[in-house]
Amino acid sequence: MTDLTSLTLAEARKGLAAKTFTSLELTDAHLNAIEAARVLNAFVMETPDQARTMAREADARIGKGDAGPLAGIPLGIKDLFATKGVRTTACSKILGNFVPTYESTITSQLWRDGAVMLGKLNNDEFAMGSSNETSCFGPVGNPWRRDGSNATLVPGGSSGGSASAVAALLCMGATATDTGGSIRQPAAFTATVGIKPTYGRCSRWGIVAFASSLDQAGPIARSTRDAAMLLRSMAGHDPKDTTSVDMAVPDYEAAIGKSVKGMKIGIPKEYRLDGMPAEIEKLWEAGAAWLKAAGAELVEVSLPHTKYALPAYYIVAPAEASSNLARYDGVRYGLREQGRNINELYENTRAEGFGAEVKRRVMIGSYVLSAGYYDAYYLRAQKVRTLIKKDFEDCFAKGVDAILTPATPSAAFGIGEKGGADPVEMYLNDIFTVTVNMAGLPGIAVPAGTDAQGLPLGLQLIGRPFDEETLFSLGEVIEQAAGRFTPVKWW
Amino acid sequence: MSVDAATVRRIAHLARIAVSEGEVPHLQGELNAMLAFVEQLSEVNVEGVEPMTSVTPMQMKKRQDLVNDGEIADDIVANAPATEGHFFLVPKVVE
Repeated sequence: MTDLTSLTLAEARKGLAAKTFTSLELTDAHLNAIEAARVLNAFVMETPDQARTMAREADARIGKGDAGPLAGIPLGIKDLFATKGVRTTACSKILGNFVPTYESTITSQLWRDGAVMLGKLNNDEFAMGSSNETSCFGPVGNPWRRDGSNATLVPGGSSGGSASAVAALLCMGATATDTGGSIRQPAAFTATVGIKPTYGRCSRWGIVAFASSLDQAGPIARSTRDAAMLLRSMAGHDPKDTTSVDMAVPDYEAAIGKSVKGMKIGIPKEYRLDGMPAEIEKLWEAGAAWLKAAGAELVEVSLPHTKYALPAYYIVAPAEASSNLARYDGVRYGLREQGRNINELYENTRAEGFGAEVKRRVMIGSYVLSAGYYDAYYLRAQKVRTLIKKDFEDCFAKGVDAILTPATPSAAFGIGEKGGADPVEMYLNDIFTVTVNMAGLPGIAVPAGTDAQGLPLGLQLIGRPFDEETLFSLGEVIEQAAGRFTPVKWW
Repeated sequence: MSVDAATVRRIAHLARIAVSEGEVPHLQGELNAMLAFVEQLSEVNVEGVEPMTSVTPMQMKKRQDLVNDGEIADDIVANAPATEGHFFLVPKVVE
C-alpha cells in the first residue's frame, strides 16, 4: 500500500473516515518511505514507536466517531518545535541532547486534533539560513534535480527538512517557521505550498526563538487545501504568548474554491529586479493572467521602500537573535565546555556550540545594539521598518485585496554553490519574502511552474493582516491553473 | 562603517563567543560585508518616523499577578549539564 503516501491530506482524511485504510496503515506507509529516503536527510529524528501509538489512538477515536479534524494524519515536525520527551535541537550542537519536558502550543494543538508525529525535521541551525546547509546534522537534499543531472540541490531554508519531506511524500504535511522567508522559499524550491500567517496568528510558545518580532509558524503541504486544514489546527490564541491575538480562527478550508471575482490584485513594480531571470518574469505574468481569467482585477502598485527591507532585516533579526540566543550559556541545558572561570565557560561553550552562520549573526547583533551604534543601526532599521509597513498600508488603503510577486529570485541551487565567500549572496534569496515579515503580514507561496531545467518555481501572494482566507482562495486559483508538480523519485 | 580587528575581538567578547586570533581576519571580512550591505539604509529619510515597536496594532494582554505554575524543579534541571540537587553548578564566581 505504498501509494498511500501520494494521497493529499484531504484525500487521506476521506479514506480514513470511510475506513478504506487505517491510520496505522497510513502511518506505516510513511515510516517505510522515510526509511527509504534517508539519503535526503530530511528527518533528524524518527519516532516510529510514538507514531504507531498515536496512529492506534487515532484509529480508536475514528472507530468511536469522535475523530478530530486531523485524526490519523501523519505529520513531520520541524526540530524548532519543543516536543515533550523527544529530542529538540534547533539543529544546533549547542542544544546537544535537549529533551523538552513540555510541548509547544502548536504541536499540542495538532495532537489535540488527532495528528500523528512521524519525527523531527531538519532545518538551518536556529532557522538561520536559506538552504538548510547550516544544520549541525548536515544539509538536506531536494527531491527535485535538474533535468539530466545527478547533482543534489538544496531544498531552501530554513524549513528545508519540512519542504523536502512533504515534496518527497515522507509526510502529509509539516510544521515550519518563517522569520524572513523560511516557509515560503523552501516551498517554492520544492513545489509545495507554504503559508506564513499574520504575526500573532499562531502561538510562538515552545518554538525555539530566533527573532521574536518576526518569527511566525505555519504549515508546508502539498496543496492549498491541505495547508488550510493544517493552519486551522495550528492557529489560535494562547495566553502563554502575549503576542498571539485573541481572534476566532476561521475555517480556512471554506475559502478554497471561493470566487475571486472582483478582487483587486496589486503588482508591485519594485519587485521587478534588474537581472531577474526571464523565466521568473514569465511566471509572474502567467500568475497575473490566471487571476485575471478568474475575474480578479490587476493594478500596478508601488512599495517604494522594498529595497531597504533586506538590509533592515539584517539589523533587526540579528539584534533580536543576539538577545534570544544569550540563553545558551552552558549552564541550564545543552552543551557545556569547561573554562577556568564563568566567562570562559560561556565563551568556550558558545564557540564550540554555535556554527559559523549563527556566530556571525549573534556578533553583528551584539554590535548593532552596542553603545554608540544603537541609534545609527538598530533605531534607524526600526524606523525603516515602520516605512516598509506603511507602504503596504497605503497599498491596502487603495482597495488592494492582495499582492502578487515571485516567491524567490531563482530556482533551487546546488549544495555549496552560494554564500561561500560573501554571506550576502545567500541572504538575497529572501528578497521577495522578507518584506512580509517586516510588515507582519500573511504570505503564501504556491507552485506555479518550472524553469528551463525542470526545477519548480513559486509565486507569492501577500495579504492584509489576518486575511489568510483571501490568500487561500487566490492560491487555489493558481494551483488549479498551474497543476500539481511531482518530483521524479531517485532516492 | 567598518570594523577593525580590535573591534571584532571586542564584539566577540560582548557576544561571549571565544574567537582565536586565526579566525579574526575571516570574521572581520564577513562582518564588514554585512555592514557594507546595510549601509544603504543611511540614504533613507527617517526624519520624524517612529521606530516600530509592535508590528500588529494590538493591546498586549496583561496576565493576572497570580502564581499558576511551579513545583517543577526536577523538570527545570532535567537538561542541565551539571547539577547538585536542584542547583545548577558553575565555576566559582565570587572569591
